[in-house]
Amino acid sequence: MAFDILESGLATTVQDTGRPGYYSVGIPQSGSMDQLSAEIANACVGNTVNEAVLECTYIGPVLRTTAPAVVAVTGAPVDVFVNGEPREQWSRLELAADDVMSFGIIKGGTRYYLAVAGGIDVPVVLGSRSTYVLGVIGGFEGRTLKAGDLVPVGTAVETDGLSAVLSGLRPKYLKQLDVRVLVGLYDHRLTDVGLETLLTATWKLTSVADRMGLRYSGPEVEWKPREQPFGAGSDPSNIVDAGYAVGSIQIPGGKEPIVLHRDAVSGGGYAMVATVISADMDLLARSSPGTATRFRAVTMDEALAARSELAAVRAAIWS
Amino acid sequence: MTEPTTLEHAARYTWGGDEFLFVEIDEAMSLRANFTSNAMAAHLAADGVAGVIDICPANASLLVRFDPDILPHRELEKRVRRIEREVEGVAHPTLATRVVEVPVWYDDPYTGATGARFRKGHQRPEGNDLDFAAEENNLASAGEFIERHHSSPWLVSMVGFVAGLPFMFQLVPEHEQLEVPKYLSPRTDTPALSVGHGGCFACIYSVRGAGGYQMFGIAAAPIFDPARRLPDFSDFMVFFKPGDIVKFKPIDESEYLRIQAEVDEGSFTYRQASVVFDLELALKDPAAHNRQILEALNGV
Repeated sequence: MAFDILESGLATTVQDTGRPGYYSVGIPQSGSMDQLSAEIANACVGNTVNEAVLECTYIGPVLRTTAPAVVAVTGAPVDVFVNGEPREQWSRLELAADDVMSFGIIKGGTRYYLAVAGGIDVPVVLGSRSTYVLGVIGGFEGRTLKAGDLVPVGTAVETDGLSAVLSGLRPKYLKQLDVRVLVGLYDHRLTDVGLETLLTATWKLTSVADRMGLRYSGPEVEWKPREQPFGAGSDPSNIVDAGYAVGSIQIPGGKEPIVLHRDAVSGGGYAMVATVISADMDLLARSSPGTATRFRAVTMDEALAARSELAAVRAAIWS
Repeated sequence: MTEPTTLEHAARYTWGGDEFLFVEIDEAMSLRANFTSNAMAAHLAADGVAGVIDICPANASLLVRFDPDILPHRELEKRVRRIEREVEGVAHPTLATRVVEVPVWYDDPYTGATGARFRKGHQRPEGNDLDFAAEENNLASAGEFIERHHSSPWLVSMVGFVAGLPFMFQLVPEHEQLEVPKYLSPRTDTPALSVGHGGCFACIYSVRGAGGYQMFGIAAAPIFDPARRLPDFSDFMVFFKPGDIVKFKPIDESEYLRIQAEVDEGSFTYRQASVVFDLELALKDPAAHNRQILEALNGV
C-alpha cells in the first residue's frame, strides 16, 4: 500500500515522535509539532504511538490510495473529503483502493495530521522517520512531499483502534493563549522592567512561524546595558554562542521574541531568558498567526505537575 | 596566552524549562572554558546516566537535555556539579584528539557571488568580505588575512546551529586572534561548505542556508554526508566533533576540481592524525604546541 501524492499541499512532511540524541551535532529532535494530535491519530487507526504520520500545514495534500487503507485525520479543524464526499475528522475512516483524499480550507490552528494503519513506512534514519528538511534527512527523501511521490505505507497490525475520539480529548484552537514558561538561562541580563514586560505583555504571533521557531510582535523588552565579554557579539542581547534549549525564548535586540520549536537550530549567540514548559509545546504548534499569547511564569514544580497531567491525558487515549 | 591559570568563578547552573540544564562555565570565550565544557561533557557521557538524552558542549557552556520522568532535575544537577569539581581537580588536563587538514579555496567565485548579492547593507559595500576582514584586523591586504587564517590551527569548540556545523577557535594568543563582526543583517543564502567568520569564531557551513558570518572561501570536501557515501562517514554522517583540531590548507581552482572529482567518485578522505592536546602547554607556549600538533600531519 502507498499514497500516490497528486498535490503536495503547502509543507507536508513525514513525522513521528522525533529523533532525540543528536542535538550535540546540530541535528534537532524534529517529530510532529503537535505531538498529542499525532498520537490520537495513531490511536484511531490502531497504530502504536511510534508510527509515522503525515503532518499537513495549512493546505493539505491530495492523495490516492493504491490499496484499501484505514486512516484518521486529527489536529487543526479542516474539512476532510474522500472522493469529494465529506468525512469526519478525529475518527477512523475506511478507504478503498483508488480513493482520493483531499482537504478543505483550514478553520483554525496551523497543522493537522493524517495517520494510516501500518504507519508511513519510509526508512528509519538515526532512530526516526521524521523529516529534517534543512539537513535533508529522514522522511521522504529528506524533504517536503511533491506531486508524483509514492509514499509507502507499512503493513497494518490487525487491531481496532479508537472508533472516535472523546470530544474532551480534542485540543482547542483559540485566538487567545496562555503559555507557561520557566524563567531562567539569561533572565538576569534583562532589566526588571524588561522581564516584567516579557511576562505581562500580550504577544501577537507573526507569520514568521515554522517548525524551527515562532516569532512574536509586541513591546520592546529592555536589556541591561553592559560591556560585552570577549567572544560575545556587541549587542546586550548577545552571548558567546551557546546551546539553545528547545522551547527557549530569545529576544534579539530586545525586539520580537522568538520561541524555538522541534526543528530548532541547536545553538547561537542570542541570550535566552525563559523556556516554554514541555507540557505547553503542543500549544505553540497549534497557534496560528495573530494568536494573542501571554507567557506566564511558573515554578519548576508547577512545570513538572503539568507534565504529569499531560502524561495522564495521553495514557487515557490508550486505555 | 594571557589567561588565568584557573577560571575565576564557579560555573552558573540554570534551567531551560523542565527538560534542559544549562551550565555557563564562563561569560567570556576562552580556551580554558571550552576545555572545561568539553571535559565535563565527556565525563557525563562516560557516566552513562539513565535519563540523559543530549549532552551538548558549547564554546563556554554546556547544555544537557534530560527526561525528568527518569532523572529528577536535582539529581542531575548534583551529578554535573560533582563532575565540575572532578574536572577542576585535574592538574594537567589533556585531550586525546585528532588534527585534520581541510582544503579551502580562498577568495573563490561561489562565496564571492553570494557575497556580492548581499552587498547592500553590508558594513563595507565596496570590495568583498575578505577586504572587510583584512581592514578590520589592520592587515594590508586580503592575501595577508588569508595567510593569517590558515597558518595556525583552530580548535573545534562547538558543533551545531545546523547539522554538523563546526565552530572553531583560533589557537593563538587572544591579541593575535582574527576578529570580524558578523553581517549587520543575516543573509538568506550561504553556499554549502562556505568558510565563515563571526566575532572570534570561524565556521564551515555544513548545508546551504541562512547565515550571518563573513565568507572567505569554500571547503573542497563535504563535512556532512547524510548518505554516508565517503569513507570518512562510514560510522556517522557528521564529520566534526568538539575537540577536533583543524588546519586549513589553501588550494587553487585546479586542486579544488581534483578534490571534487575524488568526492564524486567516492574516494576522497581527509588527511588526519591522532594528537594529544595539552591545555597548559597550549596556553604557555602556543607556538611550540601548534608546531607539535602540525608535525603529526607530516608523512600522513
